[in-house]
Amino acid sequence: MSELHITGLGKSFDEHVALRGIDLAVQAGTLLALLGPSGSGKTTLLRVLCGFERADTGSIEISGRRVAADGLHLPPEQRRIGYVPQEGALFPHLSVADNIVFGLPPARRHARHRVAELLELVGLPATYADRAPQQLSGGQQQRVALARALAPEPGVVMLDEPFSSLDAALRVETRNAVVTALAASGATAILVTHDQEEALSLGDEVAVLWQGRLLQTASPETLYRRPVSREIAGFVGDAMLFPGTAADRRVRCALGTLPLAADQHPAEGAVDVMVRPEQIVLSAADGVDASVCEVTFLGRDLMVVCELGDAEATRVRARVPGYRTPRVGDRVRIAVAGDVCVYPR
Amino acid sequence: MHAPAAAEPLGADAAVMVGGDAPAVPVAGRRRAPRALIAAATVGPLLVLLPVALTFWRALSFGIGDAVELLWRPLVGELLVNTLTITVAGTLACAVVGTALAWFVERTDVPGRRLWGLLAAAPLAMPAFVTSYAWVSLSQDLQDFAGALLVITTAYFPLVYLPVAAALRGLDPSLEECARVLGCNRWTTFTRVVLPQLRPALFGSMLLVALGVMSEFGAFALLRFRTFTTEIYAEYRTSFDGGGASLLASVLILLCLVGVAVEFRVRGKARYARVDRGVRRAPRRVALGRWRWPLAAAFAVLNVVTLGVPLAMIGYWLTQPGAAAVTVADVSAPLLLSTTFTSLWFGLLAACFTTLLALPLASLLVRYPGRFATVAERIAFVSQGMPGLVVALAIVSLAVRALQPLYQGTTLLIVAYAILFLPLALVSVRAALLQSQQRLEDAARSLGLGRFETLRRVVLPLASPGLGAAASMVFISVVTELNATLLLAPIGTQTLATQVWADTTTLAFAAAAPYAALLTGLSLVGSGLLFVFAGRSALARAASG
Repeated sequence: MSELHITGLGKSFDEHVALRGIDLAVQAGTLLALLGPSGSGKTTLLRVLCGFERADTGSIEISGRRVAADGLHLPPEQRRIGYVPQEGALFPHLSVADNIVFGLPPARRHARHRVAELLELVGLPATYADRAPQQLSGGQQQRVALARALAPEPGVVMLDEPFSSLDAALRVETRNAVVTALAASGATAILVTHDQEEALSLGDEVAVLWQGRLLQTASPETLYRRPVSREIAGFVGDAMLFPGTAADRRVRCALGTLPLAADQHPAEGAVDVMVRPEQIVLSAADGVDASVCEVTFLGRDLMVVCELGDAEATRVRARVPGYRTPRVGDRVRIAVAGDVCVYPR
Repeated sequence: MHAPAAAEPLGADAAVMVGGDAPAVPVAGRRRAPRALIAAATVGPLLVLLPVALTFWRALSFGIGDAVELLWRPLVGELLVNTLTITVAGTLACAVVGTALAWFVERTDVPGRRLWGLLAAAPLAMPAFVTSYAWVSLSQDLQDFAGALLVITTAYFPLVYLPVAAALRGLDPSLEECARVLGCNRWTTFTRVVLPQLRPALFGSMLLVALGVMSEFGAFALLRFRTFTTEIYAEYRTSFDGGGASLLASVLILLCLVGVAVEFRVRGKARYARVDRGVRRAPRRVALGRWRWPLAAAFAVLNVVTLGVPLAMIGYWLTQPGAAAVTVADVSAPLLLSTTFTSLWFGLLAACFTTLLALPLASLLVRYPGRFATVAERIAFVSQGMPGLVVALAIVSLAVRALQPLYQGTTLLIVAYAILFLPLALVSVRAALLQSQQRLEDAARSLGLGRFETLRRVVLPLASPGLGAAASMVFISVVTELNATLLLAPIGTQTLATQVWADTTTLAFAAAAPYAALLTGLSLVGSGLLFVFAGRSALARAASG
C-alpha cells in the first residue's frame, strides 16, 4: 500500500512553472530520495506536500486520506506529516524535551510522552532532554528535529536537505543516525537532496526532478546504471558518452564492441554509449591501445585521462584504485567492465 | 525621550549570534586597561550617580517623622495611583498597538504596509508635550486620564513597534512552518512560537515605555493630569530648593529604579539566538482576504490620530492670527530666530559632549571587557530611569550650595543633558567601536601602518557613522527636552521647547505653533541624519563581516 500518492500535481508562481504533472507513489515504510539540482522544484514539491503552498492542479493523498485536490486544501496542521527543515529549526525558547513533545496534545506534553524513547531512537543520550537547543551541535539539532517530527507519529516524514549545512564528518554520522531512526520507527519518508551520493546511498527509491518534471523514479542501482536520459546519466554520476552503432544487443564504439544491458530496450543504429569512468580497466590483456595523458591522485583512487590512438584522439576518463599510479605517457590497453546503456541519436 | 535607544540595543546585540557548531571565539589574553582610560571612563557613571545621591541625601536630611508626615498624605496616594495607572495603562496600550501593527506590517499582505511601517516611526520626532499641545488646543475637554492615555500611546507606541518589528523580521519562518506541521493553527502558532520569541524585544521596549511615562512631565502638565513629575515641579515652583520636591523625587526615582532593575534582568537573560545558520526564505505573508481594506482603513485612522491631528493642529494655528487663540500673544521674528539658534546650539554642544563622555567608557567595554567595565556600564544605564526633572532639581540644589558661579549657566545644563542621554550615546558608540575588530587593525599593522595611522585610516572611518548616529540621537533628544531645560536654562534664554511650553500654558496656542513646527522640523532633520548614519554603519558592519 502506498502511504503517499500524488497525481498530476502542478504549481506555478506568476509566470514561472515550478512543477508540472508530478505523479509519485511512496510505499509505506520506505524512504524516497527526491533528487534534483537547485531550482528543479524539489523544495516547492515538498512545500506543496506539507501544505505551505497550495497546488494549482492535481491531488495528494496521505495515508489514504485526500489532503489536496481541486477545491480542497487542508492546512498543514491537519495533514499528519512530519517535517524536518534544512536547519532543524528547533524552537529556541524551549528545551530539547519540550521541542520533542511540541506537537502532542497538552496532557502528553506535560507527561513528556516518549521523550527518552525518541532520544534513544535518534541516538542521543536521555540526559540531553533538559538542554537548550543552542547547546547542541548542528548534527544533534537535526536529530532532535527528527525526534520532534516523529513524536506525533505522522503518516509521512519530509526531510528538506537536512544534512546540507553539516560539515563532512558530521554529515555521515548524522545521516546514518537519521536513516537508522527512520527505519526503526517504520516511518515513510521523503528526503529532498541535491547530493547524488546521499540520494543513492539512503533512498530505497530515488526520484529525479528536473525543471519541474519527474524524469525517473527507480531503485538507486537502476537509476545509476540505466538512467533514462543523457542528462540524468550525467547528473547522478560522472558519465562519458561515445558515438556508436548498435546491433543485435551489442554496440560498437571507440572502446570496442560492448554488450548492451539485458534489461535495456533493444536499440538499433546510431546511438550514444554511456560509460562510467569506474568501468574502465587499464592494462587489460586485450583492449584498445591508449596513452596516459593526465593523472589526478585522489587518495583512495585515481582519475586517469587516456587518449585513444584513433583518428579523433578520443579522451577517456578512468577511475582506478589508487595503490599504483601510472605515469603520464605510459602506454596502456583499456577495456570496459560490465555492460553499458545507450541512447538513440 | 529615550526613543532611539529602544531600537538600538536590541539590534546591536542581536548581531552577535550564537552559532551551533561555531567554536568559541578565543578571547584575547586579559590585558590591563590603561589607568587614563579607566579614569576617563569613570567620569560618565560618576556624573550619573551624582543626582541620585544628591536627591536621596536631600531627602534624608528630613527627620523620619517629617518625611512620614510629608509622604503619608492623601495627595501622595493620589499621585502614586495616578502615576502607576497611567504607566500600566499606557504601557499596555503601546504594547498592543505596537505589536499588532508590527505583525500586520511584517506578516500580512495589508495594503500600503511599507508606508504604515515608515509612518509608525514618525511620532518619535514629536515630543509628547507637543502632541498634547495639539490635542489640548483642539479641545480643552480632552484632559485628565483619557487624554493622557491617548497622548502617551500615540507618542510612545513606536518604542514598541520598532524593536518588535525588527524581532519579527529576524524570526526564522521555518519555525512557524514547523509549528504548523506539528498541529498548531495560525493563532496557536502565534501564541506558542512567535510570541515567546518576541518576549525579550517586547518586554524590553515595554519597560522603556514605562520609564518614559513615569518621567513624562510636559504632556501631563498640559493635560492637567497630576503625577509625581507635575507635583514635583509645582513643589519646586512654590518652595524652590525646599526638601519637599526631593522627597517626592526620591519616591519617583525608586519607582524608576525598579523599572531599570527589571530591564536589566530581561536584557541579561540570553536573547534567543537563532539556532540555525545559513540563508532563510522570506516569510510567507498571511493573506487577509476581505479584511485587507478594512485593516488598511484602520491603519489610516491610527495615523490620523498619531500624526494627522497633531500636525493639522500645528498647521491650523500657524495660519491663525494670534488673536484667534484663547490668549492673545504675537510671535516675534527675532525671538523665533533666537530660540531656534539656542535649541540648535544646546543640541550641538550636548551631542559633542555626551559622545565624548561615552567614548572612553565604550572603548573600555569593547577592548577591556570585565567586571569593572560592566559595573560602569550598568551605572550609566541607571540614568534611563531618571526623570529629567529629578536630575535638574538635584543639579539646581548642588549649584546653589556649592557651584554658585555656574548656577544659571550653560555648563550645568549641558552636564544635565549628558547625564540624561549618556545611555543613548553609549549604545551607539559601543556598536561603532565594535565595527573595527582587532583582526582589521592587525591587518593594517601588518601592512605597515603605525598605531596612529591605523587609527586614522581604519578605526575612525569604520566608527564614524556610529559616532554620528550617537551624536544625532543625543541632538534629537536635547532639542525635544523640556524638563531639565525649564529648570536649568540661563535666565532669559528660551529654547523652542520652553517657548512652546510657555505659550501653551498661557493658552496662547497660535503663538506656540511656529515654535512647535520648528521643533518638530529640527527633530525630523536629526532623525534624517540618524537614518543616514545608521545606514552607513550597517554597510560598514556588512563589509567587516
